[in-house]
Amino acid sequence: MNNTADVIIIGGGVNGCAAAYYLAKRGVRDVIVLEAAKSIGHGGSSRNGGGVRQSGRDVRELPYAMYGIQYMWPTLSEELGVDVEYTQKGNLRMGKTEEHIKKLQTLASNARAVGLDVKMIDKKEVKEICPYLSDEVIGASWCPTDGHANPLTTTLGYYKRALELGVRFFTEASVKELKKVKGKIRKVILADGTVFEGETVILAAGYESRAIARTVGIDIPMMRLIDEALVTEMQPPMTDVMFGCATADFYGHQTVHGSFVFGSDSGWEPTDEMIDPSNNCVDPSKLITNAFTLSASCRAIQDYIPALTDAKIVRSWCGWLDESFDGVPFLGPVDEVPGLILACGFTGHGFGTAPSVGLMLSQMVVGEPTVVDISALSYNRFLPVR
Amino acid sequence: MFDIQEKLKEIGPYIEEADDDLLVCRCEEVTKGEIRRALHQGIFTIEEMRRYLRSGMGLCQGQTCGKLVKGIIAKELHVSPVDVYPASSRAPMRPTEMRILAEDGGVCHE
Repeated sequence: MNNTADVIIIGGGVNGCAAAYYLAKRGVRDVIVLEAAKSIGHGGSSRNGGGVRQSGRDVRELPYAMYGIQYMWPTLSEELGVDVEYTQKGNLRMGKTEEHIKKLQTLASNARAVGLDVKMIDKKEVKEICPYLSDEVIGASWCPTDGHANPLTTTLGYYKRALELGVRFFTEASVKELKKVKGKIRKVILADGTVFEGETVILAAGYESRAIARTVGIDIPMMRLIDEALVTEMQPPMTDVMFGCATADFYGHQTVHGSFVFGSDSGWEPTDEMIDPSNNCVDPSKLITNAFTLSASCRAIQDYIPALTDAKIVRSWCGWLDESFDGVPFLGPVDEVPGLILACGFTGHGFGTAPSVGLMLSQMVVGEPTVVDISALSYNRFLPVR
Repeated sequence: MFDIQEKLKEIGPYIEEADDDLLVCRCEEVTKGEIRRALHQGIFTIEEMRRYLRSGMGLCQGQTCGKLVKGIIAKELHVSPVDVYPASSRAPMRPTEMRILAEDGGVCHE
């Protein structure tokens, strides 16, 4: 087996698969993708709520979130030959109290300041957009260019197209270590001892990227956080907007299939087993969710959308977020390790930006300027200022 | 470590079979032919298949078609069904109304 390639991508999630596809599309076809799990898209890529939004994002992420929505998402189904169910019908972030509305107003004016069309709407306008909402909703922020898509088919769509173009994928290929040769990245060593070699390595392995990057002396400041999701049985077509609320109790949308997908978290849920006895603090790596989250989500959802009170829930699941310390990802080359490019720390909102991130990763590999400036997302933003 | 391109080469191209229009997943109306075609596109695991075609993602969550899908995957990939990793089972065990689940978990701490 030939274990050498121009580019090795660690992580077969949506960002890794998208990067592989955009590289292959531009002619860089000697690409290997290494996925630790048995399935492609096993992590956050297939466990998220499918939001494709700009509103609520950090200003450092906004340029490429907007680029993807303007130039990439509308034609993605056609390009991948898979229905990614992209629906651009707006994001409604609801509020029930004056305090909520104040918070939404601040978010909306911040977004407008960077050129995004987000406005405040009143109770009547909210009802016009979705008549199924509770009378307790007194207003909302509205971003008409936001939307949602199907993260399952998007991830596998990128994978399938990349495969067709000749990209080599390996599953059950858990990376243990990176090694430099002559001061440049070169070797990618698996837990089973197999060695892959590449000119460029893209590290897009979610939270696990932290342990992998440490083997070449780079510490990426992020931790793990769990998020839960649930799906209802098929409902008649009711709405095509993306929902959120001021207090972030839940988010979600009705899928093309008819089921509603909602995501939520009920905060960290430390139990005694998670307390590190040496310092009496919670060990963040041991945080888990518990059975209360599903119930808490249901209470939140039915209070905002009473029409779903009798909808049956068929499945719930959860996934890990790779939560960056300042809430935005680490994107770009690593100065100390030439040839290594980071794409991790997406903090639970990396799905909607995957097309533009995948494109920019392919541009970084060939040494082209990226479609928008992302220098503010460099890993070294945490370096002390001298 | 599992080499997907190698496996694709080994199993060869998709060849239509007489019973490809057989309904395998009744809830989501997925046929045997759709599953076989997906396998030849590189969708190898039950987890990926569920996400790609929605087989086993409907009301019964694969309780009816789970074994059938596993058999088709095993046959097409030339492996034993015991080597096909099963799908994860998740709560709730039966479809349950939101208002019922909302009562679970005891007290609200707010």
